[in-house]
Amino acid sequence: MNRFSFSHEDVSGEQIRRLVADETSGAYVAFEGWVRNHNEGQQVLRLEYEAFESLGTKEGERIIREAEQRFGISTVYCVHRLGKLEIGDLAVIVGVSTPHRGEAFEACRYIIDEVKHRVPVWKKEHYVNGDSGWVNCERCAAAAHQHDHGEH
Amino acid sequence: MITVQIEYFAILREHIGKNAEEVQTEVVTAGELYDELAARYAFPHMTHMKVAINDEFSEWGAALAEGDSIVFIPPVAGG
Repeated sequence: MNRFSFSHEDVSGEQIRRLVADETSGAYVAFEGWVRNHNEGQQVLRLEYEAFESLGTKEGERIIREAEQRFGISTVYCVHRLGKLEIGDLAVIVGVSTPHRGEAFEACRYIIDEVKHRVPVWKKEHYVNGDSGWVNCERCAAAAHQHDHGEH
Repeated sequence: MITVQIEYFAILREHIGKNAEEVQTEVVTAGELYDELAARYAFPHMTHMKVAINDEFSEWGAALAEGDSIVFIPPVAGG
């Protein structure tokens, strides 16, 4: 299993915990991102994730290598869900084991922050009122004329 | 004139109504190709777009070559 991967199936925290378990480690920190029932004042019913998987997998692996260079990591896995998700589903998980706890917290934080900014994944929210929208895209469309054309 | 392959994701895929297409173009750079297609399909205006050529992030000023595979990357929203 790649250390960064996408999954079209459910992922459990227990699965990742087992993968990351390591006799050299004294600490394990995991971050789980869950689907919540509201965003930006809208009631969310469910959502869909879509990814540019080939580049996303490479970029995710690069992030994990960066984290390994910065922090003393024993084992690390990150999985991002794709497809249709319901409220409460696990959307993303990062699990990091390290010899001591400090670096596990820092590495976990680094990886989730970079993944959210850099990995080409898109989220479409479906709202209780019947509307739907691509998160971050619709908002910049709404803010259209504040930006110059050359920026793309 | 060169021929390139374009793959569309998320808001652009839905807007255009297809996942991918082959495009013939006279333009030189990735940014010019974006402008050409944005005009053709009336893309929703988006800022902070990125571009990938042959499965790697690239610059908007990068010159395109015959057979390149292009992806325009709308603002991401993982996690």
